[in-house]
Amino acid sequence: MNVLEINHLKKEFDGLTVLQDISLSVKKGEVVSVIGPSGSGKSTLLRCATMLEQMDGGELVYMGEKAAWEEKDACVYAPKEKLKQVRRRFGLVFQNFNLFPHYTVLKNIMDAPVSVDRVPKEEARQQALALLGQLGLEDKADAYPYQLSGGQQQRVSIARALALKPEILFFDEPTSALDPELTGEVLKVIRQLAKEHMTMIIVTHEMKFARELSDRIIFMEDGVIRQQGTPEELFMAPDDRVKEFIGKFAG
Amino acid sequence: MSTTTMLRLLGTGMLKTVSIFFLTLLFSLPLGLLFSFGRMSKNGLVKGISKLYISVMRGTPLMLQLIVVYFAPYYILGIKIPSWYRSGAVILAFVLNYAAYFAEIYRSGIESIPIGQYEAARVLGYGKAQTFVKIILPQVIKRILPPVTNEMITLVKDTSLAFVLTEVEMFTIAKQIAAKEASILPLMVAGVFYYFFNLAVAAVMEWVENRLNYYR
Repeated sequence: MNVLEINHLKKEFDGLTVLQDISLSVKKGEVVSVIGPSGSGKSTLLRCATMLEQMDGGELVYMGEKAAWEEKDACVYAPKEKLKQVRRRFGLVFQNFNLFPHYTVLKNIMDAPVSVDRVPKEEARQQALALLGQLGLEDKADAYPYQLSGGQQQRVSIARALALKPEILFFDEPTSALDPELTGEVLKVIRQLAKEHMTMIIVTHEMKFARELSDRIIFMEDGVIRQQGTPEELFMAPDDRVKEFIGKFAG
Repeated sequence: MSTTTMLRLLGTGMLKTVSIFFLTLLFSLPLGLLFSFGRMSKNGLVKGISKLYISVMRGTPLMLQLIVVYFAPYYILGIKIPSWYRSGAVILAFVLNYAAYFAEIYRSGIESIPIGQYEAARVLGYGKAQTFVKIILPQVIKRILPPVTNEMITLVKDTSLAFVLTEVEMFTIAKQIAAKEASILPLMVAGVFYYFFNLAVAAVMEWVENRLNYYR
């Protein structure tokens, strides 16, 4: 069974079609990178998949459960209770972290399990501390986000998403807001997650990283998938447009 | 009149002033939040009513509102006004008036919270109420402390308007003593009382601000 299935996704903003007809499926343990120029619809794709935006057409299926489907030319979503369950399946890491500034690092990570999943406080705390340990941030448990560097904040944000034990993790340009020095520490974490076979969809501009880590790369432009394939297929024998785009990223 | 007598008389008035202050805050702070929700509502009717309410309450003199609130039961509903209503009307008018100002202050705070906070909460599975109470409201409170402090200081001075409904608060007493003794001294003393009350309010609010500065 596919962890995620998107069929013929369509999304419009004020009459402008941002996503034309996107279909993709992701198997368990797969790492998929989405690359492409700005405005190609990459972020919109993630936002539709994580239900931050409402789809205008198509189907969204997680682990065989339909979250949204088409009925009479419009998208219909499953009832709230069902959607709540579906939301547990995925996590999203934002470009600008979106940590809760008034919570400590530890509370940022353990609060959702406690408040949403009703995990007992002590259990959640232990799990959160373990996650921080894996990320090398145990000593920051009682710090507040504003005291952390961008790279540290993004790692905490990843821990926060992981705390809810999702089946699939989405990353919306996780390193775009970081300066090059800090990018490395975040990529290291994602690399580790890939080793542990976490299913992931990563929208990124880090070509080298995408090439090294992905099982599959999707190149998007103007709301459609131009080319899809293994890193070798895309980087060795790309179509002209992909070649041109990748060429702009030296190294 | 001896100084101690004067201070004692002004002191009883001060108690009334302080009670108006606290009772107004007690009710107008929650009511203001309700109106700010109305103001931000997607429902056109709810939004319109809230906007109208805020516009009228901020756009007309509090003194006038005090009179209207007091005489409304009689002129609009034909009910005879009971004597206890005088204190009630004062509080009611103050609460209705200040709720309008607080509504806009809340709105400015709520609208200044980045949408990313809402989105992160949503993806993590927080419900709408949970998101507001746990994530949004604490951040809003920190942001609105300065304008709320402003309103509280204004409120301390506005309490003197209660004289319009012959509520004997401190300023009225000061005027009466001044008239009787043909001296401006009671008014000066009243001024000092107000100043120190406001100093206390500002000091407390600053302490609250400092407590909330554990994060930026």
